[in-house]
Amino acid sequence: MLSCRDVTQLLSESMDTSLPIGKRIGVRFHLLMCKFCARYERQLLLIRDTVRRLVASEDQPGEGPGETLSEEARERIRKSLRNP
Amino acid sequence: MEKPANTDPSGWLDRHGDYLFRYAMLRLRDRSTAEDLVQETFLAALKDRGSFSGNSAESTWLVGILKHKIADHFRRHAREAPLENADLREDPDSGQFDGTGHWSTGPTDWGGNPADLYREKKFLDQLTKCLSGLSPNHANAFTLREIDGEDTGEICKVLNVSETNLWVILHRARMQLRRCLESHWFNKST
Repeated sequence: MLSCRDVTQLLSESMDTSLPIGKRIGVRFHLLMCKFCARYERQLLLIRDTVRRLVASEDQPGEGPGETLSEEARERIRKSLRNP
Repeated sequence: MEKPANTDPSGWLDRHGDYLFRYAMLRLRDRSTAEDLVQETFLAALKDRGSFSGNSAESTWLVGILKHKIADHFRRHAREAPLENADLREDPDSGQFDGTGHWSTGPTDWGGNPADLYREKKFLDQLTKCLSGLSPNHANAFTLREIDGEDTGEICKVLNVSETNLWVILHRARMQLRRCLESHWFNKST
């Protein structure tokens, strides 16, 4: 029987590679009976999904909210572009 | 004959500076490293202006250069501070499981429907803080995998680790990050 500790490791692994069929079945079976591990999986997937959406909206070119270059860095870069 | 591509370095900084910086910050979480890599990107672009074909947007071309600079930075870091046994062995969440490997404190219910989380600027700040709390190798692995969507083979090359070790690192990173978000975002008592 897989323990919760094993299952959390396998759930993460399944986000990076496809698990062998035996392990896959073991994990699914465990999730049917364990609400904590089922919740853990939902939360990992929520984090993955949120990070992806966040990156998609942050990585838009042009002006956006969020971090901007400091004036000091801007000036330094401006100079270095003039006299590379 | 192709037309010479139209790119004017004097406007780069104003047009793309903040965009490139935002891109770098999301991945590096450190202001001065991000600023340095943006500067290096512009200088490399200036030297290699001929490689801009005009087929893609100027911003796409520049961010492509930056992406390489960031990967080089991760590579350098992995060389200088290679993965230690502790990165693999130490289980930061061992306290969550009892002696038989079952949850002693299970994940809590995050409630509601947090599908729109990504729109919240403060969530990005919290995520960044939580990532900064991981060991650098863990945070960099997570960044390459979840922020850049790289496949694990590529990440192994950048971080110079075996695939088995990478799976362990990513597992640890996700577990720690989940727990950090749980206590600092989802269960935060206001």
